[in-house]
Amino acid sequence: MSGITAYGAYIPRTRLLKSAIADANDWFDASLRGLAKGERSVCNWDEDTITMAVEAGQDCLSALGTADVNSLYLASTTLPFLDRQNSVVASQALNLGSSLRTMDVAASQRAATSALISMLEAGASARGNALLLASEHRRSKCGSRAEMLWGDGAAAIAVGNEDVIAEYLGSETYVTDFVDHYRGEDSTIDYEWEERWIRDEGYMKSVPLAVSRLLEKTGVKASEIAHFVLASDQARTPAAVAKAIGIAADAVADNHIGGIGVTGVAHPVLLLTSVLEKAKAGDLILLTGFGQGTDAVLLRATDAIAGKRPKTGFGGALARRREDTNYNKFLSFNNLVDREVGKRGELDKQSYLAAMYRRKDLLTGFIGGKCRSCGTVQIPKEKYCVNPECGALDSQDDHPMAKAKGRVMTWTADRLTFDWNPPAYFGLVEFEGGGRLMMDFTEVEPGGMDTGVEVSLHFRIRQFDNQRGFRKYFWKATPVQQ
Amino acid sequence: MASGIKDKVVILGMGCSKFGERWDMSPADLMSEAFEEGLADAGIEKGQIQMAWFGAGIDASNVGSSAMPLSIALRLPNIPVTKVENMCATGTEAFRGAVYAVASGACDIALALGVEKLKDVGYGGLPQRTRGVENDMYWPNLSAPGAFAQLASGYRAKYGIEKADLKRAMAHISVKSHANGAKNPKAHLQREITEEQAINAPYIAEPIGLYDCCGVSDGAACAIVCTPEIARALGKADLVSVKALQLAASNGEEAGFSKWDGSYLQTTRVAAQNAYNEAGISKPREEIDMTEVHDCFSITELVTMEDLQLSDDGQAVWDVLNGDFDADGRIPCQIDGGLKCFGHPIGASGMRMIYENYLQFHGRAGERQLKNPRLALNHNLGGFPHQNICSISIIGRYE
Repeated sequence: MSGITAYGAYIPRTRLLKSAIADANDWFDASLRGLAKGERSVCNWDEDTITMAVEAGQDCLSALGTADVNSLYLASTTLPFLDRQNSVVASQALNLGSSLRTMDVAASQRAATSALISMLEAGASARGNALLLASEHRRSKCGSRAEMLWGDGAAAIAVGNEDVIAEYLGSETYVTDFVDHYRGEDSTIDYEWEERWIRDEGYMKSVPLAVSRLLEKTGVKASEIAHFVLASDQARTPAAVAKAIGIAADAVADNHIGGIGVTGVAHPVLLLTSVLEKAKAGDLILLTGFGQGTDAVLLRATDAIAGKRPKTGFGGALARRREDTNYNKFLSFNNLVDREVGKRGELDKQSYLAAMYRRKDLLTGFIGGKCRSCGTVQIPKEKYCVNPECGALDSQDDHPMAKAKGRVMTWTADRLTFDWNPPAYFGLVEFEGGGRLMMDFTEVEPGGMDTGVEVSLHFRIRQFDNQRGFRKYFWKATPVQQ
Repeated sequence: MASGIKDKVVILGMGCSKFGERWDMSPADLMSEAFEEGLADAGIEKGQIQMAWFGAGIDASNVGSSAMPLSIALRLPNIPVTKVENMCATGTEAFRGAVYAVASGACDIALALGVEKLKDVGYGGLPQRTRGVENDMYWPNLSAPGAFAQLASGYRAKYGIEKADLKRAMAHISVKSHANGAKNPKAHLQREITEEQAINAPYIAEPIGLYDCCGVSDGAACAIVCTPEIARALGKADLVSVKALQLAASNGEEAGFSKWDGSYLQTTRVAAQNAYNEAGISKPREEIDMTEVHDCFSITELVTMEDLQLSDDGQAVWDVLNGDFDADGRIPCQIDGGLKCFGHPIGASGMRMIYENYLQFHGRAGERQLKNPRLALNHNLGGFPHQNICSISIIGRYE
């Protein structure tokens, strides 16, 4: 049996109240007030599609255990690099080794569902698990409807033949060049057409076509569907589509527009994780992906579903939130305003590709060293052991530390150094099992930092090299309890 | 067996520029201001200087690389000049080079000069700069206050000190140094401050507030050194000699191995003990009459008192509050106002400290003159608490 073997979710902590967006913009467009209920997820300045994908991937791997991952697909329309395989960065941050198939899937809102279909179709012949990461950090114009309705987030799905939690029953795709929105090569922001046309000529025609073919093929009645996933920033459309197909109203998955916002390519997969979290054995799950046609995937939850929950999951990611009302900060983090950063922000952050490649185990994988002679753990791994009683040469074996727990030994909140979100928190972290490192902290709440605080490690953007259009990643520490 | 540097070299003359926002002065102007005073004090001609050591800390925003900035600024007659850089220990490093050259017999008279022009970078605090290809990839983008503020968290955690008590002791340090600096015409900041001002100032890096930080300024200082014999031959009496010069550099253990707890400076402890040994000091609390320490931030001065064995571990906070290091305390610290009032032109600071010792030994310290000091300790700290370089010089009367 092939199908889904594990899932994971990631939603940025920051949730911007939509009323704050409306407060700033309804002087120009009064209709925004009508969308101002609830909140949306917002990437921190040091988060992007890759870092969120890594977080979702880690969550998924927390349930998958030590199973082999034979391939990694990263689906998104907001990949930070146009020519540098983003999925390779994610795979190395997840320490998946160097012999797996990696692929970026892009250019459509159904990129993730199409990738998932390919993985499921290939699944029966493959050994180990394939991992799909779907992640989106969408930019939208200041004061736009999209700004109110969209959010940032990521999700992960593992596909394999053993310990399946949702069996793959079949899929269908209907393809048509229906351009409801587009983004040209020189643009960073989508151009959209009329909402009513997208509903009537797009969703209402395209989704039923693909779904009816699938139901016919699999011999399943629409009324048997227990969970129907249709991602859309049109609040009423999924229910209308379900009704047209004959799917029960209570089977329609909540799009969480008021709690997260629609996370683009990630959204169908993120909603799927929310469904898998509550699905019971035997439940039929219909996943669709809409974008120049429709993907439809039919799954059936197995007995194994209850026992295989990720560490955080959709519910955990949704619950871990920090309310924000600072619209200007949101604009700044999304590079929608020309911020004065001060002279300290002017320092040229040159990218040294050769040195970065040499140090990629440390920078991307957070791999330290463990001394064969004395057992001392150290990060970074260097030529000589740091233990003064030892000092052995070339004695350190690779020692992955991204999952290590740490405790803060010394810290400060620095208001002088340049940071996109001052004050800059950093300090010395000591890891359980050995090793210590002076690290940047992220996601620190005021009052949330002190000596002894337990921290977890997260792959984040460390620096932008705006002169050369590069961004650098490294691991940062975040207080576990706050 | 090495015999150390004690009493092998004396200071023939010293000079120090006015420190401050010297908008109208170039580094070369500052160098000549310090040098002319030093040369006049030594009572020699420029041509009698046979070698020179030049200290400047921040190349990119200061004088540039190599020894030529000094050689050209002073129009030195093609003598050997060496540029040195060891972060905030740079000034003392230049002094060490000149003293060692004289002690080795490689030359008779040597010059050490340190300079830094920080106010040309366009903003307060030390310049934001790269720390090298490797470090830049994973080190936090920490400022100097951010690095040193962490001493407070480590110190409090180790000794269970209340936040308010530590903040009060930090304030006392700054109030004391400002009181001293107010009596020094060469200091950048010459106003007294109150404890309330210090405690209530805005945070720069928690728990370091504005008044816990030393200033940023421009300055230069120099020393001309020779052997006691040459000094006497040149007609000098009441000689001031070098008792110890020590340097200790981190090997990465503090930041990378689980022993250091963030409450003290490992290198200062090593350098201090080595300096005491070199100078033949067995009871520093009784023998040291004054100290100039690296008070880049008030918390640094506080923990340094323990690292120098002038306070018991965990007690500096109370000794400070008790006034032990005030001008009228048991061991006055920063009698000239310290980095707190002079600011910290990196390459000049170590030399500026020695300059104050020198004035005090000659009874030329004016309003802040101490009663008959014999032995002074100077301490510089380059880098960060978790990874740094410490220099210690001990200067005293040649007896």
